[in-house]
Amino acid sequence: MAFSESILSEQCLVQARGLLSSIENGDENVAIGHLREISRINETKMFQEIGRLTRELHDTLVGFGIETDISDLAEHEIPDARERLSHVIDVTDQAAHKTLTAVEEAIPVCRELEESASKIELQWKRFISRDLSADEFRDLSREIGENFEISADRYTKIKGYLNDILMAQDFQDITGQIIRRVMELVQDVEDKLIGLIKISGSFDDDKKEKRKPVEKVLEGPQVPGKESATALKSQDEVDDLLSSLGF
Amino acid sequence: MKILIVDDFSTMRRIIKNLLRDLGFNNTSEADDGNTALPMLQNGDFDFLVTDWNMPGMEGIDLLKAVRADEKLANLPVLLVTAEAKKEQIVEAAQAGVNGYVVKPFNAATLKEKIEKIFERIEASQ
Repeated sequence: MAFSESILSEQCLVQARGLLSSIENGDENVAIGHLREISRINETKMFQEIGRLTRELHDTLVGFGIETDISDLAEHEIPDARERLSHVIDVTDQAAHKTLTAVEEAIPVCRELEESASKIELQWKRFISRDLSADEFRDLSREIGENFEISADRYTKIKGYLNDILMAQDFQDITGQIIRRVMELVQDVEDKLIGLIKISGSFDDDKKEKRKPVEKVLEGPQVPGKESATALKSQDEVDDLLSSLGF
Repeated sequence: MKILIVDDFSTMRRIIKNLLRDLGFNNTSEADDGNTALPMLQNGDFDFLVTDWNMPGMEGIDLLKAVRADEKLANLPVLLVTAEAKKEQIVEAAQAGVNGYVVKPFNAATLKEKIEKIFERIEASQ
């Protein structure tokens, strides 16, 4: 830069001398020519300086890994995060409905058992205090027999509903993992923005803070529509792969 | 039968614990990653390990490798229960010596089937 500047200054000096002598000689046209040449030299210098600054800005952005990363964030990662979060909503929605359905179905079964038991209890108390007629006692015996029959079945049903409720809680693990990934992305965006702020403030901030990209070896739960190429789709496929490996 | 359940999500540990109880396994302990699990395994007489893969601290795959490398624990049956469903990972787990692999989300029947299969195989080899 210093070399080309000195050439430019020399050119300016030549033009300035020419301008001076043309003015002294009263040669107006030649003087205007020299003036134009001087301003052309200045313009060239200015454009070169703008070009240098642009290149420097570009180099710095590339050096920070910001230019490409930011467009990648905007084009892919943020829409991707949106889809992941939308999947979180679906999964939690399904879990809540599964739980509610199980509770709604279990309550009438509990009520049925409760009613049957209290009916028998009432008659039983009358039987204890010798208040029952022979016919009423026959009815009570029949009812007790029926109650034994249905209650085992109803308790199995209730256990099934409780198990459904238990299994519906796995959403917390699945969504937790997806949300963690989105949080990492948010952190990434924050870091990139801080990088941009630093660049706009000063070019000289140390580059050693440049973050290593997070290694994405583990992918966590597959998101529908965004499955990895090598992801297996079901437990059956996993079992097939394992048996092909001798399991 | 003493079983160690390792998962960073307490809800998932509870689900597995309840399912195991349903299958008749009442003696379970819990750990939230490999770093807490390994000393528990080394100091306790566990018969079975059920572990997640992706956990902060020590991951399940590294716990599995540590178990296989430990003379005292080398033959401990290990079941991986994880959301990781990529072929490479399942192959890696198989090579590391896993006894069973269940992909999340899973159901009670699958867990039961895999556990039964593991113990059938162990009994057959004895």
